[in-house]
Amino acid sequence: MSALLEIENVTLRFGGVTAVNGVSFSVEEGEVFALVGPNGAGKSTLFNLISRFYDPVEGDIRFAGESILSRQPHEIASLGIARTFQNIELFEHASVLQNLLVGRHRHRRGNLVTELLFTPFVRQEERRHREAVEKVIGFLDLQAYRDKTIAGLPYGVRKVVEMGRALAIEPRLLLLDEPASGLSVEETQDVAFWIEDIKKEMGITVLMVEHDMHLVSSVSDRVLALADGKMLALGTAHEVQSHPKVIEAYIGVSDANEKVVA
Amino acid sequence: MDVLQLAISGLANGCVYGLIALGFVLIYKATEAVNFAQGDFMMLGAFITLGLTNAEFMGLPFWLSVPIAIVIMGVFGYLLDMLVLRHMFGQSQIAVVMLTIALGFVLRFVAGTIWGHEPKSLESPIAGLDVRFGGLVLGLDEVSVIVVTVLLTVVLYVFFNRTKLGVAMQAASQNQLAAYYMGIPVKRVHSMIWALAGAVAAIAGVLFASKGSIDPSTGLLGIKAFAAAVIGGFGSLPGALLGGIIVGLIEPFASYYIAAGYSQIMPYLLLFLILVFRPHGILAQIHRKKV
Repeated sequence: MSALLEIENVTLRFGGVTAVNGVSFSVEEGEVFALVGPNGAGKSTLFNLISRFYDPVEGDIRFAGESILSRQPHEIASLGIARTFQNIELFEHASVLQNLLVGRHRHRRGNLVTELLFTPFVRQEERRHREAVEKVIGFLDLQAYRDKTIAGLPYGVRKVVEMGRALAIEPRLLLLDEPASGLSVEETQDVAFWIEDIKKEMGITVLMVEHDMHLVSSVSDRVLALADGKMLALGTAHEVQSHPKVIEAYIGVSDANEKVVA
Repeated sequence: MDVLQLAISGLANGCVYGLIALGFVLIYKATEAVNFAQGDFMMLGAFITLGLTNAEFMGLPFWLSVPIAIVIMGVFGYLLDMLVLRHMFGQSQIAVVMLTIALGFVLRFVAGTIWGHEPKSLESPIAGLDVRFGGLVLGLDEVSVIVVTVLLTVVLYVFFNRTKLGVAMQAASQNQLAAYYMGIPVKRVHSMIWALAGAVAAIAGVLFASKGSIDPSTGLLGIKAFAAAVIGGFGSLPGALLGGIIVGLIEPFASYYIAAGYSQIMPYLLLFLILVFRPHGILAQIHRKKV
């Protein structure tokens, strides 16, 4: 195992607020790494830093050994980093299939003329992408929704579609921003199984932000707790949950572990 | 027979309106800016073709001038976005609107300075020829306008649904944030959309100029095309073409059945009615975002 993603002493301020304060950690290739912490801890801000939405004022972010700070947001996908969003950002007026196909953008070898003429090479390419997307649809059980427009789909399904679109990118690192928020207990269970399979069968490294501690402890190899932009504790889910600083950040006083479960 | 001929000439006009309206909608959908100089883009495309073709200027063959003019207008659109509009990011929409209105004035003035303010005719090989179907005599120019518009619609349809760039354009106009993280260079795609709007305007300009004379104020046709885009449903590409054709058809019939002057009023009367009874246009594409 080697570090796929390295966050080194990263700081970001918005005006006078320090959203992320000297945070350092590294995500090993092949692991599931979770970021936990109360609201405003800087978890989503870290995601936005990794996906180059913000520039850190200090520190470095390296992916596969190379700094990504000089990269544009649209270059992140081609490096092999895919993400989902807390508030679901799908192409609303397109079908599930079309949304997933957009995920294939970085793999498309485009030439405007051959594409307009729909040459045999282009047709073969289309078939290849369609197969890749069908695999994802099968994996996430989205068959029933394949040709449905996003705008009419229930919340839980949209959440899964977004995960599918990220998988269609065929990333090395998958960033999941609260994959279980707003989902029912059964749906959350599905998410847990999928994350396991994404790690084991697809060999994709997962970095996720999540509040549901059941999910976090059932799937993550390591957990980092943050509060007010600072690192509190890093370790296994159990270690972090029982860490006095973490308990304090969540409920103010040292008390039973159970209360941490959100 | 009269009715059919009226319909054909209205349809031909409508195609030109539709293509200008298409430019409005392309840019609006992708960037949420309204380019009020779209009509002037059309005028400029027409004049560039005229300047390249007509004997008094450069005298190039018509079939060479047309692609050159299309490319020039495409590059013009691309550079306008890259050098000017991209830097207005974060400004209010009205700033962009004012800028494009001003740009329209500038383009009219520039065209007048280069090619003169008097009406000029494009020396096109199709001008003045007829096609006959039985007893029906149609101008080759009008038939060409309709045929070219149909072909262009097919090409654009294939472009948006099959090509990498076309799909990227659709994605970028539906959700910029998501498009970025699918690896789509959204800023460059926006510039490509301006380029496409410029190229379509050039084609509309050539079609319009081959049906009659043009002068720098021809670009004011953009206002009518804007009405067409609203009638069709601002934000819908098929709606833009449909709106254009409806406006084009109303005009000759209004002057034929009512009185000559009414042809200029009817499109706006229809716009008024549409805004009252179906404010999102005929092919509405505006949906409320679910929260």
